[in-house]
Amino acid sequence: MTGIVALYIFMLAAFTGYEIIAKVPVILHTPLMSGSNFVHGIVLVGAMVALGGAVTPLEKVIGFIGVLLAAGNAVGGYVVTERMLEMFKSSGARKTGGGH
Amino acid sequence: MEEVMQAPGVASRFLVIDISYFLTAVLFIMGLKRMSSPVTARSGIVWAGAGMAVATLVTFIYPGMGNFELIIAAIVVGTIIAWWSGKKVAMTDMPQMIALYNGMGGGAAAAIAAVELYRAAFANAASGSSPGPVQHGPLIMTLAVVGGIIGAISFSGSLIAWAKLQGVLNKTVRFAGQKFVNGLLFLGSLAVGVIVVLHHGADPLHVSLIFALALLFGVAMTLPIGGADMPVVISLYNALTGLAVAFEGFVMNNAAMIIAGTVVGSAGTLLTQLMAKAMNRSLANVLFSDFGSGGGGAATAVSGSMKPIEASDVGVMMAFASKVIVVPGYGMAVAQAQHKVWEMCQLLIERGVTVKFAIHPVAGRMPGHMNVLLAEAGVPYDLISDLDEINAEFETADVALIIGANDVVNPVARTDKSSPIYGMPILNADKAKNVIVIKRGQGAGFSGIENALFFLDNTRMLYGDGQKAAAELVNAIKAVG
Repeated sequence: MTGIVALYIFMLAAFTGYEIIAKVPVILHTPLMSGSNFVHGIVLVGAMVALGGAVTPLEKVIGFIGVLLAAGNAVGGYVVTERMLEMFKSSGARKTGGGH
Repeated sequence: MEEVMQAPGVASRFLVIDISYFLTAVLFIMGLKRMSSPVTARSGIVWAGAGMAVATLVTFIYPGMGNFELIIAAIVVGTIIAWWSGKKVAMTDMPQMIALYNGMGGGAAAAIAAVELYRAAFANAASGSSPGPVQHGPLIMTLAVVGGIIGAISFSGSLIAWAKLQGVLNKTVRFAGQKFVNGLLFLGSLAVGVIVVLHHGADPLHVSLIFALALLFGVAMTLPIGGADMPVVISLYNALTGLAVAFEGFVMNNAAMIIAGTVVGSAGTLLTQLMAKAMNRSLANVLFSDFGSGGGGAATAVSGSMKPIEASDVGVMMAFASKVIVVPGYGMAVAQAQHKVWEMCQLLIERGVTVKFAIHPVAGRMPGHMNVLLAEAGVPYDLISDLDEINAEFETADVALIIGANDVVNPVARTDKSSPIYGMPILNADKAKNVIVIKRGQGAGFSGIENALFFLDNTRMLYGDGQKAAAELVNAIKAVG
């Protein structure tokens, strides 16, 4: 990946993120923040490669912490977002069962 | 796994990885898009989750990987802790839990930077020369340093935000010259970063100093911010972690990290601005002012008196109303009254009363938090309206029932220019024919400002704990028959 291609990806992704959020109703702000929090859990793959290439004990320790934290970010972010969104139901959906 | 590791050549493995990461990026973006509507939101997180699973699995075939037992152990431990804590956390505590998971992501980004930077630094030290044998271009080194600093700030800052909202840390530390000290920490971290970049990794001590100063800055910057402003700060750190992940994505030459990190960085920045706007604050104001300390301005004297009312009378009033608008605040969630309130509303709906919930953007601990709490109680989202939708409807409402909300219904925000909350968008509950306020006692609100709504002629106060009062109202409506 050359620098300029990476820069294009960066620019396009920035606009994409802005456009996705721009029209979101306030009622979904908390789940959405939690959802985007989950998405940056992708740092896990970078941490895995860093630990996978670690040689010295120090690199291994830092890499291990990195993977552990990243896995926590991804899994925790998923679980709480899913829990919140699972509760959002319309009147119709609630009458035909579901709920508690 | 062993066969997979050896069978295909390096080029075809990279092809599989690239295609998988591409698929992950598509699933993330479509997932986030689906999360922006309540109808499809649930499927959105599942799509994004599938993308994450694909990316994680395919990374195991990354050429040149080792330490598989360490990787798997770290993933298993992290997963178990996060899964357990995520399932257990109460909905009211959700903001600080998001802060915690976000901080972990920032920490992971900083860890990636640390591995890369220490590798270069130790290679320099071992060979006694700089540049040493481990070579990164100055651009990659810069991105690693900047991403590492941002990640470290997000990590320590998020931990402080968590501690404050969780009540572990109650003090709001402020001292003279604090901003100067904070600025010094940040600039110091940057300056050492520049040295490390210019000297191709410099030495381990300088690398350590970058992270130590950045971590300290994250703590120092978050400590003086009041609890009420914390959601905006959490949202900011969320965006920063995204940015840090994107920068480390450049370092690792990983397109999935660049795309996902940047999308979160920009989406998070916008979300932060929306939140600050909903609180009638600018981001700079949240970060650098001393509001939220409860100092408050000169409270304008409010004339009149608060007039109490009995639950049975409120029950009759609502049972024979044609339209009731409920205005819940965080106080309702603290009293765990949302289930009783919804039970009461269901009784009213059965009687043919139109019931709506009016949600102020900052009704919960963060925008949209109240919606989550009501959803947990079983309130369908189509009965819930936000400020812009509902404000014109108060004039046609027979009863506005305020429960646990205070500043967000204070009409002085519209009328009194000397009030600290002047200009903040509020719910116009005072326009309803009757206003009922369920309140514990006669004290002022979160901001310490006297609420003029409580003294209006059409307002009656129902004193008591939110849950008990709601239970009394349920009985009162049932008694109407």
